[in-house]
Amino acid sequence: MAYSEKVMDHFANPRNVGEIPDASGVGEVGNSKCGDIMRMYIKVEGNVITDCKFKTFGCGAAIATSSMATELIKGKTIDEALKLTNKAVMEALDGLPAVKVHCSVLAEQAIKAALSDYYTRQGIDPTPIVGVIKECDHDHGCGCEL
Amino acid sequence: MHIYADNAATTALSPDVLKAMTPYLTEIYGNPSSLYRTGAVAKDAVEAARENIAKLIGAKSPAEVYFTSGGSESDNWAIKGVCKVLKAQGKNHIITSKFEHHAVLHVCESLAKEGFEVTYLDVYSDGLVRPEDVKAAIRPETALVTIMYANNEIGTIQPIAEIGKICREAGVLFHTDAVQAMGNVPVNVTDDSVDLLSLTAHKFHGPKGCGALYIRRGVRIANLIDGGAQERSRRAGTENVAGIVGLSKALEIAIDTMEERREKLTKMRDRLIDGLLRIERSRLNGSRECRLPGNVNMCFEGIEGESLLLKLDLAGVCASSGSACTSGSLDPSHVLLSLGLPHEIAHGSLRLSFSDSNTEEDIDYLLKVVPEIVDYLRSFSPLWDKIKSEN
Ligand SMILES: Cc1ncc(COP(=O)(O)O)c(C=O)c1O
Ligand code: FES
Ligand SMILES: [Zn+2]
Ligand SMILES: [Zn+2]
Repeated sequence: MAYSEKVMDHFANPRNVGEIPDASGVGEVGNSKCGDIMRMYIKVEGNVITDCKFKTFGCGAAIATSSMATELIKGKTIDEALKLTNKAVMEALDGLPAVKVHCSVLAEQAIKAALSDYYTRQGIDPTPIVGVIKECDHDHGCGCEL
Repeated sequence: MHIYADNAATTALSPDVLKAMTPYLTEIYGNPSSLYRTGAVAKDAVEAARENIAKLIGAKSPAEVYFTSGGSESDNWAIKGVCKVLKAQGKNHIITSKFEHHAVLHVCESLAKEGFEVTYLDVYSDGLVRPEDVKAAIRPETALVTIMYANNEIGTIQPIAEIGKICREAGVLFHTDAVQAMGNVPVNVTDDSVDLLSLTAHKFHGPKGCGALYIRRGVRIANLIDGGAQERSRRAGTENVAGIVGLSKALEIAIDTMEERREKLTKMRDRLIDGLLRIERSRLNGSRECRLPGNVNMCFEGIEGESLLLKLDLAGVCASSGSACTSGSLDPSHVLLSLGLPHEIAHGSLRLSFSDSNTEEDIDYLLKVVPEIVDYLRSFSPLWDKIKSEN
């Protein structure tokens, strides 16, 4: 299993690490048993995501996809951010090993979770706009209770 | 800085071993089964290696040593070969432990599909099988007990002589995977009452792809690899002559230097463990006392093992998190889970394993970079935030 140079760059020098104290929305997905948790902070002004930061517990790919996802939505409109797919994150990173595809799914879901929180704070039901957030989409195959 | 701290995965080939092997990779290329001179010379080298290895492991006769392609083949052959014979006698039960290497566990799983019942013994939080548990698990239909000599991830050394004695008294065959122990701790098949023992050269500075299975005289075992009449018709295939010569030389050096290495590595290991335990919410996995001299395995809460390894790699350190063949899978190692560690803690493990080439300077460097990296990864870990806020 080898990571692309882009993945290693985003892993070694992750962009937008940290918290936004006065965030407009915060979303967290994954769970510690899985070995990945991503938390995304967004700042929304008007219709635009003016800032985005992350905190991630996870593998190299989880950190790199978090970093790339923040870069891809920063400065974008909410509508554009809602259209961000895990595929786009992977492509921007020049691909991921097959076993790490779920990390990019997690990054997509983390952004959606942050947007969901943003709508909830506005008193708007997020589900029709953002959809259902999946916590964990993979099978562990190890037979462990999860 | 470049530090190789993954000697439990594999070791560097020793220059002296390479020197012993070279003639058999160059001018002495004859097939040991051939009659002409160069074949006979190769044959003599194989038989000299067999004799040497038999002596080094305490076997009664060189005829009890069979060459294989390595640890995985030896484990497969020992377990499948014995079980095939004994199944015909109505024995269909295997006793093993929860934290064996996959070369044992997956064989047991495959035999379970063929009707064998497998008892997986607990290894408790210290990573040690209890001999009394082995005794209690033995039944009239038990075909084989297979317990590893030392664990590959956490380095815990099992009470093999006690388990061997129990099996011998109960009349049950006993196999041990001594791949990690061989050359690092004293192993003697006679004193330990072992019936079958697996070893592989690349864990003690020998070549990859060459190992051996000790089969005590009188143990009935089916072939795994059928074909030509090599290895007294028990393991077909033209001998890996250079590999066998290398295996013998490497084991001889490892055992000759074992005591001084044990002293040196134990000191280095304990200094590293003590230093790393100063990291908040860290723990040593497995018993400290019954442990291979070169093994350190720790968990650091709030961080994930792969990102730790990648950061270490960027800092010039080759290490591992779980066993080499497990990396690439999503789940924490079955070894750490078998100690009763929760998933979220097992994910944050680090194995550092040392050989004679490692130095005190390596330990100094690790004591500097590991805490820095753990701190850095925790600085943006939401799990670490949670752990901190719960206190
Ligand atoms: C305990 C144990 N058993 C078996 C093996 C497999 O040995 P080999 O790589 O020679 O097949 C290894 C190492 O990979 C091991 O650590
Ligand atoms: S492990 Fe990646 S989402 Fe569950
Ligand atoms: Zn998982
Ligand atoms: Zn699991």
